Amino acid sequence: MADSTHSVQVQIPYHLRTLARIGGDVTLEVAAPVTLRSVLDALEARYPMLCGTIRDHDTLQRRPFLRFFACEEDLSLQSPDTPLPERVASGEEPLLIVGAIAGG
Amino acid sequence: MRKNLETAREFNELLAGEEKMSQVRVLVGTKKGAFVLTSDGKRDKWDVSGPFFAGWEIYHMKGSPVDPEQIYVSQTSGWFGQLLQASTDGGKTWFQPGVKPDEGTPQWPPVKSNRFVYDSSADTGKPLTTHQWYDGTQKPWEFKRVWHLEPSLTDPKTVYAGVEDAAIFKSIDGGESWHEMPGLRGHGTGPDWQPGAGGMCLHSIILDPSNRDRMYIAISAAGAFRTDDAGLTWKPINKGLYSKYIPNPTADVGHCVHHIAMNPARPGTLFMQKHWDVMRSDDAGDNWTKISGNLPTDFGFVIDVNSNEPETVYVVPIKSDSEHFPLDGKLRVYRSRSGGHEWEELGKGLPEKDCYVNVLRDAMAVDKLDKCGVYFGTTGGQVYVSPDGGDSWKAIVHDLPAVLSVEVQTMA
Repeated sequence: MADSTHSVQVQIPYHLRTLARIGGDVTLEVAAPVTLRSVLDALEARYPMLCGTIRDHDTLQRRPFLRFFACEEDLSLQSPDTPLPERVASGEEPLLIVGAIAGG
Repeated sequence: MRKNLETAREFNELLAGEEKMSQVRVLVGTKKGAFVLTSDGKRDKWDVSGPFFAGWEIYHMKGSPVDPEQIYVSQTSGWFGQLLQASTDGGKTWFQPGVKPDEGTPQWPPVKSNRFVYDSSADTGKPLTTHQWYDGTQKPWEFKRVWHLEPSLTDPKTVYAGVEDAAIFKSIDGGESWHEMPGLRGHGTGPDWQPGAGGMCLHSIILDPSNRDRMYIAISAAGAFRTDDAGLTWKPINKGLYSKYIPNPTADVGHCVHHIAMNPARPGTLFMQKHWDVMRSDDAGDNWTKISGNLPTDFGFVIDVNSNEPETVYVVPIKSDSEHFPLDGKLRVYRSRSGGHEWEELGKGLPEKDCYVNVLRDAMAVDKLDKCGVYFGTTGGQVYVSPDGGDSWKAIVHDLPAVLSVEVQTMA
């Protein structure tokens, strides 16, 4: 399992899809273990224009008005190295990167 | 050449030909995207393109004076942070400097055109860690956004960025990477700088065309600063400013300067719209004098200088710092042809009543045509042009998102 690669689905906010010129959800090949860190690393490697928009370039801290959800759980505050739910790692459920609903 | 023309007819024919040949491109940054407005030298009929970067705040966009096709854009968002965009074809296509999404292959490691990191290295002298917060306590510097981009006068790939929290950055690779010019933050007065209502922003950058080592910047609310050694060292240039809302009204720093303008033909003369007060300096900022004169209110944000007449200055008076809209609901530009003190009201073509918009600090510009065109944008989404130096005005567009910035490119 530790050597395998997983197809992980990621949903990103509209404005970041526009920025990366992505039509819909993204499917990424992510090496195990599948964690927030490894998924975001893969996302930024494939779409380098997203660097700095989801997490800080240097500290890798999540931007304040974004949160991470999957399988009806808020994963935003967990360690980026915590394995994501198995249903995300198996591609059954997407990792959702969600912008706060605020403003006009 | 024109002095040698024998008849007014010849002159008018020449002028008409110049108007037809020339093109102006107005770069408009708004709360919800960027727009490009183009016209010929008559500045009567306009093409509007955009929105580019729809839904994003475009704080500023400006073209290189060396290569007008090279345009830089500050794209920002409360959710996703700062981004840089650029065009090398005059705004037809855009890209993040260093990131070429159409090449098909991922790029790694990525170019980080949106990475602005304050210089805290020991090598560069005095890395400064705190500034004054609204309550008087000290607060660490924290990057928020780019307010102003100023392309170099000599190199299209060199550009300066004025940012919040206030600092100046420089890129020499077309915006692919940025490095702070730490002498500004580190020169010693930083702990006395404080944010204005809009944040602690470095919003004005003026390059002296007669002296490559001289630059002016302004910060709200710290004041104006000048370097004479290409950014290595800086000094406050606020002598003569009086701000009754700060503990020491004549302090070296702490003044809420809203904007500074210069006519490149007279680089030692600067005009300033302060929070309250319109000011001028004739010694490169060393001393300032108040020129508000007969203005109905001298609060405002924008100020600019006619490109052909260095003593002709424009402001848009705003009622007060409590009520950010024109007096009596009448949108008016005021012009001084005498470098200040005596101002005339310009209203032909501007709203006569029920107008309660604001004109933000970077939202006025002038073109370089023989009859200087003056442009400004409002928070109500109008962009106005006067093709005759302010005598008459016309809305190019009425219903854009709130306008944050206006710049003009004049092309032969």
